Amino acid sequence: MAKVLILAEQRDGKLKKTSFELIQFCAKSGHETHVALLGDGVAGLANELGAQGAKVVHLAEAPELAMYTAEAYCKVLVELAKSLSPGFFFAAHTPTGREAMALVAQELEAGYASDCTSLQFQGDNLTARRPLYAGKAIAEVEFLGTGTRVLTVRANALGASAATAQTPQVQKLSVNLAGLKTKGLSVVKGATARPDVTEAAIVISGGRSLKSADGFKILEELADTVGAAVGASRAAVDAGFRPHRDQVGQTGKVVSPSLYIACGISGAIQHLAGMRTSKCIVAINTDPEAPIFQVADYGVVADLFQLVPALTQEFKKLKEH
Amino acid sequence: MNIYVCVKQVPDTETKIKILPDKSGIDLSGVKWILSPYDEFAIEEALRLKEKNAGSTVTVVSVGPERAKEAIRTALAMGADNGILVDAPEGADGALAAKAAAGAIKKEPQVDIIFTGKEAIDDGAAQFSQFLAKNLNYPCVTVVLGIEYGPGKVQCRREVEGGAVEMVEATLPAVLAAQKGLNEPRYASLPNIMKAKKKEIKTYSQADVGVSASDQKVRLKNFELPPPKQAGKKIAGDIATQAKELARLLREEAKVI
Ligand SMILES: Cc1cc2nc3c(=O)[nH]c(=O)nc-3n(C[C@H](O)[C@H](O)[C@H](O)COP(=O)(O)OP(=O)(O)OC[C@H]3O[C@@H](n4cnc5c(N)ncnc54)[C@H](O)[C@@H]3O)c2cc1C
Repeated sequence: MAKVLILAEQRDGKLKKTSFELIQFCAKSGHETHVALLGDGVAGLANELGAQGAKVVHLAEAPELAMYTAEAYCKVLVELAKSLSPGFFFAAHTPTGREAMALVAQELEAGYASDCTSLQFQGDNLTARRPLYAGKAIAEVEFLGTGTRVLTVRANALGASAATAQTPQVQKLSVNLAGLKTKGLSVVKGATARPDVTEAAIVISGGRSLKSADGFKILEELADTVGAAVGASRAAVDAGFRPHRDQVGQTGKVVSPSLYIACGISGAIQHLAGMRTSKCIVAINTDPEAPIFQVADYGVVADLFQLVPALTQEFKKLKEH
Repeated sequence: MNIYVCVKQVPDTETKIKILPDKSGIDLSGVKWILSPYDEFAIEEALRLKEKNAGSTVTVVSVGPERAKEAIRTALAMGADNGILVDAPEGADGALAAKAAAGAIKKEPQVDIIFTGKEAIDDGAAQFSQFLAKNLNYPCVTVVLGIEYGPGKVQCRREVEGGAVEMVEATLPAVLAAQKGLNEPRYASLPNIMKAKKKEIKTYSQADVGVSASDQKVRLKNFELPPPKQAGKKIAGDIATQAKELARLLREEAKVI
């Protein structure tokens, strides 16, 4: 079987769950699973990658890699891909993965499929599918050339489960990062300890009907009982209740959590575009005719200001058991 | 300064998608076309940079079929100076489009900076800016929320996950991909709309810019509509009953909490 290479993403020495998903998926499909780990002082993370199923961890450490920049990552990853010649090179479709991997694909002159939502291996043949027109259509990506194929994959799309843990072989890469045209200066942290809407397993979103920024407090309380992210409709963002980075939809984030709870959101087509691939959708709305109910697995016709606090209590009870 | 903006024409967000019988793509008849929304932030940024630097020009480049001229005209109506279309068939991939745009830009006398949207909302691939930058050997920063211009370089605020922001410095010329929030795009004025209608749009064939069908790296096939959703369960009762039943179903049936 072909070798596969996966970019393991870390921020502040913490590996991303989305990278684990890819490692588990590839290891389980029986491919020789190589993982690229970049940073400065991150060698200690190799064993964590092995625990997910990585056979070989290619470690690149340099001061220039302490903070991600697309250019430095691309340099290291292209060199590694050239020497390893993997059949496939995967990364998560995150702000890091999608920026760096397009550069990598272009430099390798490889075919590139971004934001895939379904991958199926049959031996060495991979069928990759991705959404188009904001999820209103899905198509298969046919790679026209030969050589390494580069793909990014949407978080939570693979539904992977634990693979056999390995003690990974660690290979140090020698890196030459002279002559870079970009420099990472600093990272300004977000104010919230909640997970990002694109990465969270549960997303709880609110709309215009929350009436104010303060109105979102009841959603935050619900979210915190289950470690969920808080999202918003565009109407809520335009009204200034939430920052744009929390907006779900065609001109916001595309999310695919295992549970999406839409509170007081009508379900406009542009909003559905951002969340319709969620595995389980709950709609809470006073209007039984609201379009959101058409995509909901569970619909509750109720006033969210009453239902959400009651649900928070129920979630707390569940956690105690 | 010589400022460039690459734009794409895409179906309107309300478009009802129909798949062609042979599944090779979507039925384009009756589609209403718009300029991809993120490109508006790129155009606005280019215009503001021009206004701060007397004698600058803003040139808009698009790769696509004849209809894409409309997207270029929208940019001209906002205030851009020149338009260039590289003719490419429906279904051309990002690799071909970026090489074509790079080929057209290389014919121009000088480049100081190139803006794009962070992604086009038709395929949402978020790849064009990086492909373009590699073709031109320029650095690239994507999902840009703010830019500070310095001599020969820019400092960009780049949105990443969890509300964090990366500060990245890049030398010029560079390709910068705009995120919503970078600025507030202006509306086209009526006189500008009239002027834009009359402006000559330079048109190149693929051969003119050194591109051929073999530059295509991927092709999309077997288009499908997303599987229809099964009718969901409505949860009835008073608030306390609804909340309890919902929590129970999420735990026992959906197994998601
Ligand atoms: C180019 C373009 C791009 C767009 N991109 C996006 C996008 O990315 N994301 C996005 O979300 N939208 C987007 N939109 C906007 C979209 O069309 C809708 O306007 C928006 O999603 C509506 O937000 P809403 O559901 O919060 O508000 P509304 O449509 O006003 O709906 C409010 C809902 O709350 C319900 N409600 C009111 N009070 C209560 C209560 N007490 N309890 C329970 N329910 C209550 C109402 O019944 C109603 O269904 C875009 C539009 C365009 C044209």
